[in-house]
Amino acid sequence: MNSFLPWTILLAPLISAVFITLFALRWKAVSSFISIAAVLVSFACSCLIFTQSGIAAAELTWINIGGALKVPLGFTLDQLSKTMLLVVSGVGATIHIYSLGYMRDDEGRSRYFAALSLFMFAMFGIVLANNFVMLFIFWELVGFTSYVLIGHWFFRDAAADAANKAFITTRIGDFGFMIGILMVWMATGSIVFAEITPRMPDLVSHPTFVTIAALLIFCGAVGKSAQFPLHVWLPDAMEGPTPISALIHAATMVAAGVYMLVRVAFVIQASQTALLVVAWIGTITAAMAALIATQQNDIKRILAYSTLSQLGYMVMAVGLASNDAAMFHLFTHAFFKALLFLAAGSIIVMLHHEQNIWKMGGLSRKLPVTFVTFAIGALALIGCPPFSGFFSKDAILALAYERNMPIFTLGLFTAFLTAFYVVRLLVIVFFGDTRSEAARQSKESPLVMTGPLIVLAIFAAVGGFGFFARNFLVLPIEKETGFFVPALAFGALIVGSGLAIGIYRSRASDPIDIEVLRHKFYFDELYAWLINWTHELLARVSAFFDRWIIDTGAVDGSSRGIWGIGALLRLIQLGNLQAYVFLFGLGVIAVIYFAVFR
Amino acid sequence: MITLGDYLIVSGILFVIGFAGVMLRRNLIIILMSLELMLNAANLSLVAFSRFRVDSTGLPDYDVQVFVFFIITVAAAEVAVGLAILVALYRARQTTDVKDISSLKF
Repeated sequence: MNSFLPWTILLAPLISAVFITLFALRWKAVSSFISIAAVLVSFACSCLIFTQSGIAAAELTWINIGGALKVPLGFTLDQLSKTMLLVVSGVGATIHIYSLGYMRDDEGRSRYFAALSLFMFAMFGIVLANNFVMLFIFWELVGFTSYVLIGHWFFRDAAADAANKAFITTRIGDFGFMIGILMVWMATGSIVFAEITPRMPDLVSHPTFVTIAALLIFCGAVGKSAQFPLHVWLPDAMEGPTPISALIHAATMVAAGVYMLVRVAFVIQASQTALLVVAWIGTITAAMAALIATQQNDIKRILAYSTLSQLGYMVMAVGLASNDAAMFHLFTHAFFKALLFLAAGSIIVMLHHEQNIWKMGGLSRKLPVTFVTFAIGALALIGCPPFSGFFSKDAILALAYERNMPIFTLGLFTAFLTAFYVVRLLVIVFFGDTRSEAARQSKESPLVMTGPLIVLAIFAAVGGFGFFARNFLVLPIEKETGFFVPALAFGALIVGSGLAIGIYRSRASDPIDIEVLRHKFYFDELYAWLINWTHELLARVSAFFDRWIIDTGAVDGSSRGIWGIGALLRLIQLGNLQAYVFLFGLGVIAVIYFAVFR
Repeated sequence: MITLGDYLIVSGILFVIGFAGVMLRRNLIIILMSLELMLNAANLSLVAFSRFRVDSTGLPDYDVQVFVFFIITVAAAEVAVGLAILVALYRARQTTDVKDISSLKF
């Protein structure tokens, strides 16, 4: 059954973005309401689509080169994409509304909402795409909107730099992604997911090829989902407005990498080596980010590192060949992490853009709604039963327990660290004495900001219940793990939280100081050094090439060469008539010799 | 019996004398005269070819002789132009020595 609904979902935000950019840049209120209306339309259509089965949309042929390369504009409408649509449009809608409050004093509000709408368009495109090329184009488009929104306050150097860093770092991964897509196209002759799947058996007979293709495609997810070697951009991306951090850099765009991996799981799962690499990258990211988070002092950065860590869990689940577990965690994480960021945003605004947790303290009395919702999000994040995070994280840990013991151990360790740093954050921000004037004078945020918080808090609390898990995803239970894994996870949670409460209760400064964690394992310094070094080398080589090969060799060389030949030829021009005659005679003799005797 | 070869040898000797004159003598008038000598060497060999190329009716090949007339005519014209240039050159430089006329170079 063809339906106009998918096209409506996709195009409503685009129309909003175009309209705001062309006509409504001056009327800030108008542009924000257009943007919110667009996302609400998309949300309503997503709900309608979710309830209907067997829905399809008209497909257009975009590029067709003699049948060799066919790129349609078509939609995938299965359980996976429908779920993702709901998450993206639902979280997106709450964040649009929250932005009304958060950005109410901002001069560039129209620009902000236009970019937000464009982001929604691109994100829906990724979710709906039924082929690699369409996926890749929207993939780049979310990268671009992410760049624009991180750099929303471009007059601050830190924001402009962070925007550049995010864009360039993800581009590195996308380059691999593109090569991977080309490899799959080369091997199967098609870029449409549904057409590639039946041709996979031919591919599997070339294990090395499949492994390389799968890993290159994974590179795209490494960049976009900020996994281990390319994770450095995400914490810096917190320079953007907080709703952006919530929507793009926590709930949706960074999760798009995981969604993409699930979407093309048929390629990844064709290679055991690739799966193992994916699982370990996820595990390393999860553990590393959690370690770093324990020593950060910026509230948004702590949340950013927790996002990294949770994304690591999802990638780990993909690597353990369970798409359902990954998507389940993506689903719950979208709600509780958006909630955490929005609550943090509420604190930041009420404290006049103070982000240092040591300048807060005692806020549970000043911002009660924010506190309760933040606490629900935090409990979901650390996997405390019965909040949503418990179920999804438990699913992943149970999976790891069954399939790979070292990964399970590290996953459990990460769960312990997560509990530790989240409770540390809670204790420092919401309890104890207020440690600054701004914190003492703060009061609760307006309803337009607390409303979305409450909605998201409800989902973060109940999102993991069997009702949702059953409806959205089918979890594989291969063998009964019983109470062993949940008990272990809960134990790690209790130990971590207890430790954090013990260490940080009524402290005014951090009693632990681990240099290497505070400096994020020196990744930025390492990359700076590496890039400096390679730049230097490249610059030297190019300078040598330019100076000696191009300048001296090609440019000066050709002119000098012509000059030299001219100088040689000038020697013949004697000006002596009789010498010319002599040469002429020699020439005639040579001609006769060649004509007659050869 | 005088053969074609004898004519050609005489013609060759005349040509070499002319060429040597052009190459070695310094006076422009002598050089012009030597040029005429080379042209006439060519004429001599052409006439000899005509005489020794007899067709079935016993007549020589007149085409070649027509060619010789052309050469004589052109040579006359060339001498007229050449002497005129020479006079002009003498008026300008007061010399007919080719050693002194060597400015046509870099």
